[in-house]
Amino acid sequence: MSNEIELIKDPGLPAHVHRRADDDEKYAKRAETQVSILFLLSAFGTVLTIVSYVFIPTDKFIFIPVMGETNAEQLLLGLGMAIALFCIGAGAIHWAKTLMPDNEVIAERHEFRSEDEDRAEFVKTVKAGASAAGLGRRPLIKRSLGLALGLSGLTPLLLLRDLGPLPKENLQKTSWKAGTRLVTDPGDRPIKPADLEVGAVAQTLPELAPGEERTLNNIGKDAVLLIRLRPEDFNLDAERLSWTHEGIIAFSKICSHMGCAVALYEQQTKHLLCPCHQSTFDVTRAAKVIFGPAARPLPQLAITVDADGYLVAKQPFTEPVGPSFWERSS
Amino acid sequence: MTARERIAGNVAGYVDDRTGAAKWMKKNLTKVFPDHWSFLLGEICLYSFIILLASGTFLTFWFDPSQREVIYDGGYQPLSGLKMSAAYASTLHLSFEVRGGLLMRQIHHWAALIFMVGIVVHLLRVYFTGAFRKPREFNWIIGVGLLTLGIVEGFLGYSLPDDLLSGTGIRIAEAIIQALPVVGSYIAFFAFGGAFPGEAFIPRIYTVHVLLLPGIFLALITVHLMLVWYQKHTQFPGPGRTEKNVVGYPLMPIYMAKAGGFFFIVFGVTAFLGAVASINPIWLYGPYTPGQISAGSQPDWYMGWLDGLVRMSPPIETHAFGHTISWNILIPGLILPGIMFTLLALYPFIESWATGDKREHHLLDRPRNAPNRTALGAMALTFTLVGLLNGGNDIIATTFHLTINQMMWFSRIGIVVLPPIAFVITKRLCLSLQRADRELVLHGRETGRLVRLPHGEFVEVHEPLSPEKAWTLTAHEQLAPLELPEFDGAGVRRAGAIKNKIRNRISRATAVAVPKATESERRELEGHH
Repeated sequence: MSNEIELIKDPGLPAHVHRRADDDEKYAKRAETQVSILFLLSAFGTVLTIVSYVFIPTDKFIFIPVMGETNAEQLLLGLGMAIALFCIGAGAIHWAKTLMPDNEVIAERHEFRSEDEDRAEFVKTVKAGASAAGLGRRPLIKRSLGLALGLSGLTPLLLLRDLGPLPKENLQKTSWKAGTRLVTDPGDRPIKPADLEVGAVAQTLPELAPGEERTLNNIGKDAVLLIRLRPEDFNLDAERLSWTHEGIIAFSKICSHMGCAVALYEQQTKHLLCPCHQSTFDVTRAAKVIFGPAARPLPQLAITVDADGYLVAKQPFTEPVGPSFWERSS
Repeated sequence: MTARERIAGNVAGYVDDRTGAAKWMKKNLTKVFPDHWSFLLGEICLYSFIILLASGTFLTFWFDPSQREVIYDGGYQPLSGLKMSAAYASTLHLSFEVRGGLLMRQIHHWAALIFMVGIVVHLLRVYFTGAFRKPREFNWIIGVGLLTLGIVEGFLGYSLPDDLLSGTGIRIAEAIIQALPVVGSYIAFFAFGGAFPGEAFIPRIYTVHVLLLPGIFLALITVHLMLVWYQKHTQFPGPGRTEKNVVGYPLMPIYMAKAGGFFFIVFGVTAFLGAVASINPIWLYGPYTPGQISAGSQPDWYMGWLDGLVRMSPPIETHAFGHTISWNILIPGLILPGIMFTLLALYPFIESWATGDKREHHLLDRPRNAPNRTALGAMALTFTLVGLLNGGNDIIATTFHLTINQMMWFSRIGIVVLPPIAFVITKRLCLSLQRADRELVLHGRETGRLVRLPHGEFVEVHEPLSPEKAWTLTAHEQLAPLELPEFDGAGVRRAGAIKNKIRNRISRATAVAVPKATESERRELEGHH
């Protein structure tokens, strides 16, 4: 045998295999019937859609296993549409596969690359055009045009300025002030320490001055969680301990990671968990992060009681609440 | 000539007199398209895009993109009397009072999921078969653009109803913007018209969702398809198929019937899903308020891997000189995805640099015949899947009775360890499959028939492969590695020697292959039997 390596050869396009419908009119006829049945089924689907739209009341619910209580009209409208559309598609494809010619065809590819002369022509044309305009010879025009175009790009940027106000102190401050009462959310009722049992959690907001409206923007910064533990459960330094009242501790409910509401409290472990990214905070240690991506504890709100015995903030938050931002200093 | 033919002829003549379209149509109506199931994936994307345009237009007639506060007095009793945004209230109205409204909402959402799945699987098909190689690099980049925009568009879309779940998603998006160094809080305030959540965001993203991005999509998809049309489709290797031709069926009538029919099938399946499979039941979530949240908050799957990366991030922030940089947000939320999408977009150029292959390719690779590429793909996929898995870590933990900590540590370690393992295993698998192909070509198919020879030996009868099959299994080329010299003729180290060394190494790794079977070997083996 020779040492020359001989590769396996391309046998070329295989001969066309006839389908039954190609040779036998009986099968062709059968395929025709099948295609027509599919198209007729589609027509039935549209009729079903129309009937459901007209005759089924909008508030009619039916029980269907697996799906549960289901709106009958929406379901039948959808099923009608599905049948109508699917069967048109199935019919067309069945038609193509059984009755249309299935001979494979060979087409040659063309080369994308332009001929060398064309490329050269192109370069020449561009050069001629540029020199006719005098782009190279008149630098003053070129430069001033560049300046004008560059500057005109500033206008849209400038016009976007009024999209919003500057942040200023907005991210740094909340509505909490010394003496602001904590009220329940929802309900807006002031809270006495006795309202909270050990182990209880309450979602609170600052009390509104008369005539004041609460916006979502306020809630987004002011939401505070109250949690009552036994005082001996705390593991806090003296200052932070003085921010609690009879075992009640208050934290910003807005996650220090990405601002979700930190709403899951595990009574047994005394952990607060953010459902978005599972940052976990230890309530007994001033919401220290013990797991997850958050890098800072939840800010603690110092609380005490006022003359009437209601819980109030002792002072504003000592740091910005919510997710970090560039201007945040700690 | 029948009357009908005469009328059709007149109409065609009228149009051609003014456009000269006949010449172009004559040529293109017989355009040849190769047939393979995996070529339908891109079609699915196109069709779901059309479904999205149609169903989305329907939704805009009732949806009120406003964060103005209203008191709900519609038909859904559990929320009666609650304060909510007009956007949320109008979505409830669409779902409960507009006939077919819920159906259209669900079709729209399902179509969006199918659109994104379609894009990702189409991308995998194009990647693993090497369809992105010259001359199709532009289309690859357009495709990566469409994927990226699709993720944004989907996120904006499911944010519009302003329910508790999607509002939480917007909250997270705002935190990512806010985390940008220097300009973060400014950009966030400009985007939201002030502090979060404000009343400007939903109307603004509505314009982006229904006008700006669909317009860009339309333009990009048009160019994408025109390029496919002009460059002609790639084809898998097989008998009669070469780099210079395209083998398949003509547009008219076969492809028109098949592709047109397939549009209706995709639409029908989407309508079926919209009818029977509840998706995004926003009335269960309630209206958005920043003080509340529901457990198990999850984005749609195409955002899930990003959320998973954010979840597994270690808690690192830098505080210095009165400023804060949140690495725990920036790295998983912006830097890593930025690197991944850039690498994805540049991949065709990286590969041709590494292999030195600058030729046109119209025949597709079988993934096993490009082990390095396939293994790299498996590696990227594993990375993304670990991210996605961690995006559902809370659901997985509760479903399988794990702790969230176990899930998180699995992901944190897995995202570093598993991708390289996937690379190695995939590469070995590819080489084994090459070996199996070689076996098959040389020894034929195992028939399972045992024959006892006169002297007592048992052998299994192998049936030789058909010439078509043998050709298909050996049609690929096996490139020799680049050998860029480190020293020039005079023994002096060349400029760029280190770069060349790296290129040589990558190229050697790429060229690792089991030698394909040749006719000579086949003949020699026959001689032995």
